[in-house]
Amino acid sequence: MPSDDVNHVLEFPGGYTRSVGPVIGRFLTELRDARLVGVRTTGGRVLVPPTEYDPADGGPVTDEYVEVGPAGTVETWCWVPRPRPGHPLSRPFAWALIRLDGADTALLHALDLGDFEPGAPPPRTLATGLRVRPKWRADRTGGVRDIEYFRPDVTMINDPSRAEYRLRPGRALGRFLEGIAEGRFLGHRCHVCGKVYVPMKGMCPADGVPTTEEVEVPDTGTITTYAVNNIPDPRAPDVPFVSAYILLDGADIAMVALVAGVPADQVRMGMRVKAVWRPREEWGPTMQNIKWFEPTGEPDVPFDEIRDYL
Amino acid sequence: MRDVAVVAFAQTDHMAEDSGLSEVELLAPVIHEIKERTGLQRFGFTCSGSCDYLAGAPFSFVSALDAVGAWPPISESHVEMDAAWALYEAWVRLQHGDVDTALVYGFGKSSQGDLRQIMTLQLDPYYLAPLGPDQVSLAALQAQAYLRRSGAKEDDLRAVATRSRAAGRANPRVPDLPEPAADDPYEIAPLRTYDIAPITDGAAAIVLAAGERARELCDRPAWIRGIDHRADAHALGARDLSRAESARLAGERAGATAATSAAAAAGIEVAELHAQFSHEELMLREALELGDDVTVNPSGGALAANPVMATGLIRIGEAAARVFDGTARRALAHAASGPCLQQNLVCVLEGAVDG
Repeated sequence: MPSDDVNHVLEFPGGYTRSVGPVIGRFLTELRDARLVGVRTTGGRVLVPPTEYDPADGGPVTDEYVEVGPAGTVETWCWVPRPRPGHPLSRPFAWALIRLDGADTALLHALDLGDFEPGAPPPRTLATGLRVRPKWRADRTGGVRDIEYFRPDVTMINDPSRAEYRLRPGRALGRFLEGIAEGRFLGHRCHVCGKVYVPMKGMCPADGVPTTEEVEVPDTGTITTYAVNNIPDPRAPDVPFVSAYILLDGADIAMVALVAGVPADQVRMGMRVKAVWRPREEWGPTMQNIKWFEPTGEPDVPFDEIRDYL
Repeated sequence: MRDVAVVAFAQTDHMAEDSGLSEVELLAPVIHEIKERTGLQRFGFTCSGSCDYLAGAPFSFVSALDAVGAWPPISESHVEMDAAWALYEAWVRLQHGDVDTALVYGFGKSSQGDLRQIMTLQLDPYYLAPLGPDQVSLAALQAQAYLRRSGAKEDDLRAVATRSRAAGRANPRVPDLPEPAADDPYEIAPLRTYDIAPITDGAAAIVLAAGERARELCDRPAWIRGIDHRADAHALGARDLSRAESARLAGERAGATAATSAAAAAGIEVAELHAQFSHEELMLREALELGDDVTVNPSGGALAANPVMATGLIRIGEAAARVFDGTARRALAHAASGPCLQQNLVCVLEGAVDG
């Protein structure tokens, strides 16, 4: 393909003047007024864009014009990850054959699906059956580019939501966070059932009795179950990330934390992990002291030993 | 009908880059070779296929006649199409009965322009060309329609490309292309780079002869038992893009399918299909009822080398070559023209039992 070294150009100066005739002319004239029309065949079908003849048998069409659209349905599509010169859009877009409502044939046009990086794969919303409408150009001249492109119907809105609070941890959780501020995991043991709760709530949810016996557990534990997350979170902006239930050694209840240092597809139930702490000078009474948990490399814990903690 | 056969076929070593030869310089050795092969210096009729937009000059086919030698004046014609359609015209001309031989050739140098943009110039100037859809985008629309209707997957497309490129590497006439990789990028989704025929320069020629003349010129002529071409509706949105209906009809009329001859009698052993995109091969296999027992594109086909305007004629030449060398008794050749398999030509070739 020639680029900088073009040494020959084939061009008709000023473009080629073509008569459009009454049928195509009607379509283009209506288009200039932001209306879409088709022509009816003798068999009753509506051709859009209209032709002077019925493609089924070559016979002449009637002189009945029918307004169609503006909405339509995608019949087939392709996705242009890197638009070329001459394409109607410079960002990734789709071509689509669109059957406008009321038409029996389809119109080829560009379909804009929003902003994408060059080379992006086809978006999942791009599918046969997608409902679309034209985006009209303000300065229309009577050509197919009077429609800049089609775009999908509105099926979703983005609803911003935000509320602000002043939360306090409460007495038991406050004590837990004091421990975290010193790099320690504290919990309570229930004097009735003997279970150790980390973090503690100041009562045993099983027995309904207050708990006061403080115990310390290490920052090592076992993944009981986990999830691979593909939607970014402020605490884990890179996807996919793994959030896991971690049963700290000596605790009887699992806590939720991030897992890193291992590819998402290699995380396992029963995997042994250890907390990764931020530098000590950044510590405060917050769980953010712990960046995440990482595998220790110890052998996995058999399922039977964690099945009661799922 | 007069019995007409392909009696000789010659082609260039097709090139992935501009070799610096002009069109007529590409063509001349091929014409020379086929004259040597047949011993013929003059033909009853000469017909060529080429595209002025590829050459970037009007009436460019006229200068190509320099390679043929047209003095004293010869009976000559040209189609602005793949030379497979020039062969069709020559076949019709031989049916007149007053001449017995015809030279057919096609040539193209798509390396010297932007083929995808040049192909946009062939679209209707009212509704399509002003939008600027390129050749690969239109093919990808059809690929998506076909995948959705048939349930075929992108892996099936890659299998076509893999087989075509492997066959191409075994064909000394075509440039070597690497094995496709599953993560090769989308060019226009769902088509990946390997699903698209490469840019290739080249030329090819065929000699047709009628009746006894064919038997004199060739030990084992490839007799044309049926030839037909059909076109779909002009507007892409007025037809079912997921099916190659005009290919089906051309195959039926050419006697390639069960609709016109008993399935066993159709007996196609080898098929050379003018598929410039992977999905087109799958669509054509379906339309032409080619089962898994048919060897498709042993040459590598257009996905291995695509000298535009000669590619379809080469399919007929390659199919005939399988009859010449005895590897097939009955072979099918297909050529296509226009966007999304719009127009299709099918030719059924057969080696007579008595030679």
